[in-house]
Amino acid sequence: MSHRRSWRQGVFPLAFALALIPQGPVRAQLTAEVGLESRGYFKGPLFSGQDRHDASVSLEAEFYREWDDRRQSITVEPFVRLDFADKERTHFDLRELSWQYVFESWELRVGLRKVFWGVTESLHLVDVINQTDLVENVDGEDKLGQPMVNAAFIRPWGTVELFALPYFRERTFQGTDGRLRQSVLVDEDDVRYQSGAEEHHFDWAVRWSHYIGSFDLAVSYFDGTNRDPRLEPVLNDRGGVALTPFYEQMEQLGVEGQYTSGGWLLKLEGLTRDVQLGRYWAFAGGFEYTIPQVLGTNADLGLLSEYLFDDRGDAATTPFEGDVTFGGRLAFNDVQSSELLAFVVADVEGDGNLLSVEGSRRFGSDWIVTLETRVFFGAAPEDFLYGLRQDDYVGLALRRYF
Amino acid sequence: MIYKRFMSTVMASTLGSLAAGSVAVAQDDGGRGLEIAIEAERRDSGFGDFTSEMTMVLRNRHGEESTREIRNRTLEVLDDGDKTLVIFDRPRDVQGTALLSFSHRIGSDDQWLYLPALRRVKRIASNNKAGPFMGSEFAYEDISSQEVEKYSDYRFVSEEDLDGTPTFVVERVPVDENSGYTRQLVWFDQVEYRVMKVDFYDRRNVLMKTLSYAGYQQYEGRYWRADQMDMVNHQTGKSTTLMWRNFDFGTGLSDRDFDQNSLRRAR
Repeated sequence: MSHRRSWRQGVFPLAFALALIPQGPVRAQLTAEVGLESRGYFKGPLFSGQDRHDASVSLEAEFYREWDDRRQSITVEPFVRLDFADKERTHFDLRELSWQYVFESWELRVGLRKVFWGVTESLHLVDVINQTDLVENVDGEDKLGQPMVNAAFIRPWGTVELFALPYFRERTFQGTDGRLRQSVLVDEDDVRYQSGAEEHHFDWAVRWSHYIGSFDLAVSYFDGTNRDPRLEPVLNDRGGVALTPFYEQMEQLGVEGQYTSGGWLLKLEGLTRDVQLGRYWAFAGGFEYTIPQVLGTNADLGLLSEYLFDDRGDAATTPFEGDVTFGGRLAFNDVQSSELLAFVVADVEGDGNLLSVEGSRRFGSDWIVTLETRVFFGAAPEDFLYGLRQDDYVGLALRRYF
Repeated sequence: MIYKRFMSTVMASTLGSLAAGSVAVAQDDGGRGLEIAIEAERRDSGFGDFTSEMTMVLRNRHGEESTREIRNRTLEVLDDGDKTLVIFDRPRDVQGTALLSFSHRIGSDDQWLYLPALRRVKRIASNNKAGPFMGSEFAYEDISSQEVEKYSDYRFVSEEDLDGTPTFVVERVPVDENSGYTRQLVWFDQVEYRVMKVDFYDRRNVLMKTLSYAGYQQYEGRYWRADQMDMVNHQTGKSTTLMWRNFDFGTGLSDRDFDQNSLRRAR
């Protein structure tokens, strides 16, 4: 349902943008990406309805048009996935439907957009503007388009961005038949809000960002509906237990910093959030180190380690509350852009670990093939990963670019 | 300005090495190699800004080809290295990726990469100078801006006739410790001081690659740009050709076209 409503939110800026299209030099491009992915699970399912393998197809297209000496542009980016195992994973979203105007010292962007904040790799702590499209991937990197009016003011001492967010998008969750879900299902038809305005609560945010020499810095503030729901157990009509997403109000102050020198990147993100149950803080920090031309080859080896902390402990709404990540990325720098990425996320109290290995390579000029495996091990019953203990998988994805 | 500043640096280092009881390699040609490099830079300075497009053809030793396409925007910065924005169009899986670089005469460059799928700008490490650019035979250091200060120990080698063009041959040594080369030999034509050819010697001081420039055209009645650059790797038999087109000088670009906001919307 929320998709249809967000559509209406987006129509206004589009109409506005179309009305502004003048004559003159125009550059337009239409691109698309079609994906076919399949996963095989090493172990049998925990729940009836789940299967040993699944498959899905996706399409992401982007239309972009710029004119007025690159001052104005519109971007339309629809996304759709058809999943043959989990009907909740079959979904449509407008990742972007926006108009942009670039002035000499400021920029205005209106419509459905995606915005990224942050510096760390294993968890995007301060990144709060967009809702997570969790059904796409458990890593939380996929986001839903967020309706906004966003102005960026560019000054010698940094960029200040203001965000007016008039509409809230609910998080997507796996359905009964999907793997990689928690043992208790999330009932997306029974969503609750702290605010009486529900999804129409007016949220806002402001962010300053700048770089000084080797330092990249940002400070942000957000006031509005928490994108991370609290999942509360309720009895459903059939007498079973389900989880209801409860979206509370929050205020968040976030900081981001990165120091870059030679092959070193040192990173830190921290936040403090004021939510219904009180104030808490969390941080993610670590390093990335790149060894160019490792062992005399053309390949680069990137090493990464990050520590993630959340002072709510096991009550945290993220899966990481006291975890260490170690990872390595081998980029072969060959014609096919071959890459190998491996990382492990380990709970420092030994409550649950994740191992991920992913390889990708281009075939011809328009195909990318990715092979990935994820293994969940050693999860204690109270850990987020416990629900995924049977869901170790190997996945193959083919992507064709147009 | 640049000339004066640089000559005083050279003199200071000469005095320094004399005091230490050794003779600087750069000086045994009477400073002629450095003078040629400075003159070449002087003739290409003052362009302000330009945009261009490029097709890159990669060939392996069996002659199999693959292509890449990029667009380039460059802003000249007085008394420092240039600012460049590179937008990737092909292969299609990297379309929309863009790289913003602030080159510096002294010290390492600043680089930010835009990853369109995540809408993320990431400051990246700059120690990968010797690595291949997009899987080609061009290293990052071969395509980045070539300020005089990026090399030292300039030495005039000889005058040479290069396919009918009288040239000066100058040897230079990359300053950056992450460079993949011990030295380079550069052929400048004697009339216009354009780079005609470069030989690259690897870390073992063995000839590794040769870069040849062809199809020079003059823009704004002053600035020379080659239409074609061919890099041949003698050790692997692979080669890469860059074909440049649509050079447009004085397009009115400013610092605002080279910040993180413009990086995010570069298409």
